[in-house]
Amino acid sequence: MALDKTVSGVEAACQGIEDGMTVMLGGFGLCGIPECSIGELARLGVKDLTCISNNAGVDDFGLGLLLKARQIRKMIASYVGENDEFERQMLSGELDVDLIPQGSLAERCRAGGAGIPAFFTPAGFGTEIAEGKEVRQFDGKPHILESALTADFAIVKAWKGDTAGNLIFKATARNFNPAMAMAGGITIAEVEELVPAGALDPNQIHTPGIFVQRIFQGAHYERRIEQRTISTASSNK
Amino acid sequence: MLDKNGIAQRIAQELQDGTYVNLGIGIPTLVANLVPEGMQVEFQSENGILGMGPFPSDDEVDADLINAGKQTITALAGAVYFDSATSFAMIRGRHVQLTVLGAMEVSQSGDIANWKIPGRLVKGMGGAMDLVASADNIVVAMMHTNKRGESKLLPSCSLPLTGVGCVRRVVTNLAVLDICDGAFHLVERAPGVSVDDIKAATAGVLIAPSSVPEMQL
Repeated sequence: MALDKTVSGVEAACQGIEDGMTVMLGGFGLCGIPECSIGELARLGVKDLTCISNNAGVDDFGLGLLLKARQIRKMIASYVGENDEFERQMLSGELDVDLIPQGSLAERCRAGGAGIPAFFTPAGFGTEIAEGKEVRQFDGKPHILESALTADFAIVKAWKGDTAGNLIFKATARNFNPAMAMAGGITIAEVEELVPAGALDPNQIHTPGIFVQRIFQGAHYERRIEQRTISTASSNK
Repeated sequence: MLDKNGIAQRIAQELQDGTYVNLGIGIPTLVANLVPEGMQVEFQSENGILGMGPFPSDDEVDADLINAGKQTITALAGAVYFDSATSFAMIRGRHVQLTVLGAMEVSQSGDIANWKIPGRLVKGMGGAMDLVASADNIVVAMMHTNKRGESKLLPSCSLPLTGVGCVRRVVTNLAVLDICDGAFHLVERAPGVSVDDIKAATAGVLIAPSSVPEMQL
C-alpha cells in the first residue's frame, strides 16, 4: 500500500526548518519555484540559511523575499543577474556566495540524491571555479572533481502530485525540481493539484514518491513571469 | 558594419541541417528566427526544452514555458521537456552540436570571458561554462569592441575566464574570424569594412590573407 505523505498545509510542511540549515529550492528564474513555502519561510523568519537554488529570485519575489529580510547567509547558485539586492549584498561582502556552473549544480544535486559523492566534469576547467579542485585527464581532456550536494530540506514545486508523493511537472517548470527532490534529507513538495494515490498514471510520473517526505496542495499561485515576450505580426515575418 | 540583426544573419549561415543547437542570451537568440528555409534545426534551451518555438501570442503565454533567458516561448510539434540534470547530460555528453553565445572578451587562443567583472558586475555563469567545455563547435557572437571602443579580441583575456581554448569562430559587427594556432584568422569582412578597420579594432594577433571576401548576407 502506498505510503501517505500528505501534510495539512504549508505550515506543517515547513515544520523543523531552523536557523542555520541548508535548504534546496527548485525553480529556474521564477519558473517552477515553491512560492508557498518561500512565503512561509519569510513568515517564520528563519535566518542564517544556506540556500541552494539556480537563481536568487527578483527583488520582491521568490528568494528575493528572503534576501531582503536578511534571512540568507550563504547562497549557492549559477546565475543571479536579475536581483539588484543580491548583487549589492554580494559585492559588499554581507552575503556569502558560491557561484557554480548550472550543469554542475544540477548534477551535484542529482549525485547527492543518488549516493554518488563526487564526479569529474570538464565544465570550469581553467577558470577560477576550478581552484583547489582535483584535475584529472580522461581521453586527453582535463576534468575537475565536483562534490555532491545535499540539504537538510529540499523544497520543490510540481504541477500535480498524489498522496504517495509522486510528482508530475509542467513544461519547463520541471528544471531543478526532480534533482533537488532526490537530494533533500526531508523533501517537501508543494503541488497545484493533489490527488489520491492511484489517480495519476504511473507511466507519466516524473519524480517517484520515494524521494518526497511531505506533500501538500498550495494555494494562490502567482506564477509570475520575468520576461513576458510576445510575438507580433512583424516579429514573426 | 553590421548591426545585431546582421550578426545574427551571418551566424545563421553556420547552422547545419539536422543538428541540435543551443543559443545563448542576446544576439544569439535572434538566430532562431533566421533558419534557412527547408533546413531542419532543433533548438535546445538549457532550462529544459528541445524544440523551442517562437514567442507566444498574447493568449498563448504560459508562465511555465520559458527559455534560458526567462522569456516566454512556445513549443513546436515534437518538442520535449526535461529536467536540468538531463539537459546538461545532453550538453556535457556532446549531443548538442553547436553552441552560439555572447562574450565580453575572446583571446587569440580561444579563451572566453563572459560572466564576471570583478568588483563591479557579477551575474554568474549560468550554463555557459558547461556549454563551452563540451560543445564540438562553439561560435561567439559579439560586437568587435566594447562601449569604450576597446577591442574585445585580445592576446589574452583580462576578465575571469568562462572556458579555455574552446572558441572556434567569432562573428562580430566587423568580421568573421577563426581561431587556431594562437591567432585570429580573418575569414570575411562585413560589408563596407576594410581589413585595416578590422586590424585597428583587433588587439590580438590577426592574420589576414591577401584577399578577404565580403560577407554575403
